Amino acid sequence: MSFFAKASAFKPTGLVRLALLASVVAFSGLGAGPVMAQEIRAVMHSGIRVLDPVITTAHITRNHGYMIYDTLLGMDENLKPQPQMADWSVSDDKLTYTFTLRDGLKWTDGTPVTSADAVASLKRWGERDGGAQLLFKYLESLEAKDDKSFVMTLSQPFSYAIELMAKPSGLPTFIMPQKVAETPSGEAITDYTGSGPFKFVEAEFEPGVRAVYEKNEDYVPRDEPPSWTAGGKVVKVDKVTWVVMPDAQTAVNAINSGEIDYLEQTPTDLLPLLASNPDLTVMTLTDLGYQTMGRLNWLYPPFDKVEIRRAAMAALGQDPILAALVGNPDYQSKCGTMYGCNTPYATEVGDELIMKGPQPEVAKKMLEDAGYDGTPIVLMQPTDVGSVAPQPVVAAQLLRQAGFTVDMQPMDWQTLVTRRASQSPVAEGGWNMFFTNWIIPEVWSPINNPMLNGGGKEAAWFGWPDDPQLDEMRVKFAAAESEEERKTIAADIQKHAYEVVNYIPVGEYKIPTTISNKLSGIVKMPVPVFWNVEKSE
Amino acid sequence: MAATRNASPAAAEVDEAAAEPVIRRGFLPRIAIGDLKLAPTIAAVCLLVIVVAALLAPLIAPYDPIAMNPMERLAPSSATHLFGTDAYGRDVFSRTLYGAQVSLIVGLGAAFVAVLVGLPLGLFAGFFRWLDAILMRIMDGLMAIPAVLLAIAIVSLAGSSLWTVLIAITIPEIPRVVRLVRSVVLSAREEPYVEAAIAVGSSLPKIMWRHLMPNTFAPLIVQGTYVCASAILTEAILSFLGAGIGTETPSWGNIMSEGRLYFQIKPGLIFWPGLFLSLCILSINILGDTARDVMDPRLGKKREA
Amino acid sequence: MLAYIARRILASVPVLVVVALFVFLLLRLTPGDPAAIIAGDMATPEQLDRIRTSLGLNEPLVTQFVTWSGQLLSGDFGRSLISRTPVLTLIGQRLEPTLSLALMTMLFTLVLSIPMGVIAAWRHGSLTDNAVMAISVLGFSIPVFVTGYILIQLFAIDLRLFPVQGFRSIGDGLGPFLARIVLPALTLATIYIALIARMTRAAMLNVLDEDYIRTARAKGLSERIVLFRHALRNAAVPILTVIGTGFALMISGVVVTESVFNIPGLGRLTVDAILARDYPVIQALILLTSGIYVVINLLIDISYAFMDPRIRY
Repeated sequence: MSFFAKASAFKPTGLVRLALLASVVAFSGLGAGPVMAQEIRAVMHSGIRVLDPVITTAHITRNHGYMIYDTLLGMDENLKPQPQMADWSVSDDKLTYTFTLRDGLKWTDGTPVTSADAVASLKRWGERDGGAQLLFKYLESLEAKDDKSFVMTLSQPFSYAIELMAKPSGLPTFIMPQKVAETPSGEAITDYTGSGPFKFVEAEFEPGVRAVYEKNEDYVPRDEPPSWTAGGKVVKVDKVTWVVMPDAQTAVNAINSGEIDYLEQTPTDLLPLLASNPDLTVMTLTDLGYQTMGRLNWLYPPFDKVEIRRAAMAALGQDPILAALVGNPDYQSKCGTMYGCNTPYATEVGDELIMKGPQPEVAKKMLEDAGYDGTPIVLMQPTDVGSVAPQPVVAAQLLRQAGFTVDMQPMDWQTLVTRRASQSPVAEGGWNMFFTNWIIPEVWSPINNPMLNGGGKEAAWFGWPDDPQLDEMRVKFAAAESEEERKTIAADIQKHAYEVVNYIPVGEYKIPTTISNKLSGIVKMPVPVFWNVEKSE
Repeated sequence: MAATRNASPAAAEVDEAAAEPVIRRGFLPRIAIGDLKLAPTIAAVCLLVIVVAALLAPLIAPYDPIAMNPMERLAPSSATHLFGTDAYGRDVFSRTLYGAQVSLIVGLGAAFVAVLVGLPLGLFAGFFRWLDAILMRIMDGLMAIPAVLLAIAIVSLAGSSLWTVLIAITIPEIPRVVRLVRSVVLSAREEPYVEAAIAVGSSLPKIMWRHLMPNTFAPLIVQGTYVCASAILTEAILSFLGAGIGTETPSWGNIMSEGRLYFQIKPGLIFWPGLFLSLCILSINILGDTARDVMDPRLGKKREA
Repeated sequence: MLAYIARRILASVPVLVVVALFVFLLLRLTPGDPAAIIAGDMATPEQLDRIRTSLGLNEPLVTQFVTWSGQLLSGDFGRSLISRTPVLTLIGQRLEPTLSLALMTMLFTLVLSIPMGVIAAWRHGSLTDNAVMAISVLGFSIPVFVTGYILIQLFAIDLRLFPVQGFRSIGDGLGPFLARIVLPALTLATIYIALIARMTRAAMLNVLDEDYIRTARAKGLSERIVLFRHALRNAAVPILTVIGTGFALMISGVVVTESVFNIPGLGRLTVDAILARDYPVIQALILLTSGIYVVINLLIDISYAFMDPRIRY
């Protein structure tokens, strides 16, 4: 959007016209002559504040990672791992992985990318990513062989290693320079040198407001066509600016009037406002949407008892929650698998209770049998984030109908985030239940899915199930020899997870993205990326 | 004037009363039907209707304000749902009625608590010079923190129940009450009858109770109306900023705040509660102005924030 | 006069100390965990603890306070816990939008409200007077965000006179700057106009009774000169006071207006920082706003002496 075109939306009169004229004259005097740079102005789902894609798993920071870093491996639209920065080979005993970096990889400071950089980055990744922690338990060594290649040796087979390293979300394997990657994983990096398709313009970064990326002229893309995070990341614009608009309606108005080119998340309720605009296209970037789910705290009553967790699952139901959250059949669907529908390990095993819900009478009976004593459930309700606000409100009503005593506590999302990390008893700042959402690639296998971790108070995800049996099954999955075997184990895991009520999936939904028709070549995938996108004026 | 100002140097506490028109000097408060002016009468009626609606909400409201029906979300105004339904399919008319309860509790509660806490502090600060210095520095400090920011901080840190919101809104109002009471006490204790009482050794509680406190009533009632109006508005702003009362306790503020996403497609979600809110505040402000004019034309303490 | 100013500046130091201590304790004594906010959705307890340690949040409270005060005294406001950007850089980035908004608001307010107040007082009791009073009470009674939405709907969406959101630096040219600042400034000005028009009217009514006004009129001076030169000058003290105390009011309005119009200013920075428990940023911002409040009131007190020769210190 050019600066002058914007000014034309404002009709100057009298004195203002004079002032406007003066400013235009002043500008031409400065010689703002050359052709306007091709710039995409995009409104992303939230403001970026944390610039370290390893310390946080926030989606916006992951998206930032895809702009300025390259990943070791990529994954194509058929969910197959592909080489990206490196190609790999596996030894016959499945214990030794050799990675070889491709030619032409360079940091933005001009130095070449070496295997030492990749090794350091993978080690930091291994401290932070859930799946990687499991993998690194069996790590014998991870060492550079020469400048271009490095070797990972395991103590026992972990056939899921490559899928893990190629995954597009959660914590992808972003590669950073060695000296940056040596920052402890609990400390944020402060050097933003990357080797990705874009360069981060640090001087124009305003945390929570704006992030600016310029084309990295030195980036050498792969030759293959782009497919998800695999293939050639060819940048076709000069600049991408992410701006933040916390008010969704403001953002819709802004794209409607042409002030921005790309609106990552459009509230479905506001789609009618965009329907009549011929300059815009509304689309979903992926067939794999979001999973919305509820999690119970296993540490304290009443959800320390599996029978009561089951009663909660019977009380809930996907239909009413989806209706309040989305309210548009085109963008919501019931789904009983913990791995997300239309994924390789999707299965219906064990989903009867949630798929049949809400069943208040059944739940009531279960509660009675379990001897529920009316202990109130502290259900955390975020007030300020539209994609997580409605679930607890509906859940509270459903749980009450089943005889639960519910204390729904409203709070802003960030408060919820800090409070869910508290392992204290409920009366001392703890909690019993909350809801959140995942993109499907984050839950699509027992290794990726953060909830399916039975590590208890030390290692499990918020809610802290202590479930050694689950962890054993996960290890088996990781080492499985064939895709068939993986599927069987994944189904067993889901069956078990539903039995103990590890968590409660309450449906899937998609979020439409609105794009100006000036843009073309959008790469459709679960992560919004800006390579291959062209802009016509 | 200069004396008052010098006595409280850190924040410009100018006796705004001095600037008020002295147009009704000698006017005695006399309530007779013929004296009632149009605007205050309408305001009083409006407020009365709102108060009655709030009190009778459980009887008048056609629906449970928190019972949702997601299948009927965002329905337009109709005979079944007078103001339509919100994003959860809850009846907006019922919510607005119940919201009146919460908004009035917040407004009256804030006024009451601010006076209850501010009055003794102001009396002591005005009477004891040594306490004055310490107390007023603390009050200056509190006043220097923007009220809304302080309220957001308190709510986001202590959780957003009706009571935390009430406390968060009230705390910033206290210094203003303290300042007001203190300035009244400062000028009252120069009065001959108070000096006489001190001279003859009247007990301290007696002096305060009998001679100083009555002077503060008129300005406090006026100030109270402004605190009340401002608190109702602040509650709406806190909701708007995501630090308000939760959705299970409908308030005008949170109905509007939840409806703001739909402003263009369902303006009623903001319009109806907004209309009630504005009418209510408008009425309280008009009544406050009237009270000020009637009770003492020299005490026109303005609402500050 | 100089001695007075010096005394006043000294007197404001304890105020700021009270503010600093209060805010520090309020923030740290209540639950909240910046580490959890930084880490995002996937984090284990052990990883959160590592982040807390690296941010110094595991230190005892007293140590944290001493560190922070020490830095403050050497002019270092620290870095944001979340983005690791120096706090002063953050504030610097957000200063211009907020300042522009505040100044434009003030401009609108003064241009509109003072004549409104003066005319209302001049025509005391008339329809005009009642209209002005009605408008000003109304200004108090509509929440800022509603005013903002209505103005956006009318002028930006229906009439397409202005962009719907955003901010442009005045360095980008006056046109784009004005196009984006007019609506928010007008929105914010509604409360302020209400406040100052009322105060002006009241102060003018008080002054118009005075002997010197009668004298001036008797001398045959034009009504405009009597009103705006003689009367308004003498009514200036209470008007100035309200401008000062109204600053606090403005801050809350700024926070809301910035969200409605998507202006990346200090108000939004503060709200974001509070929600994210970004302690160093909140502390610096509250100190800053409190400091500005103190300074504005100081300036106003000093200006009394110039506006009203009767006041002596």
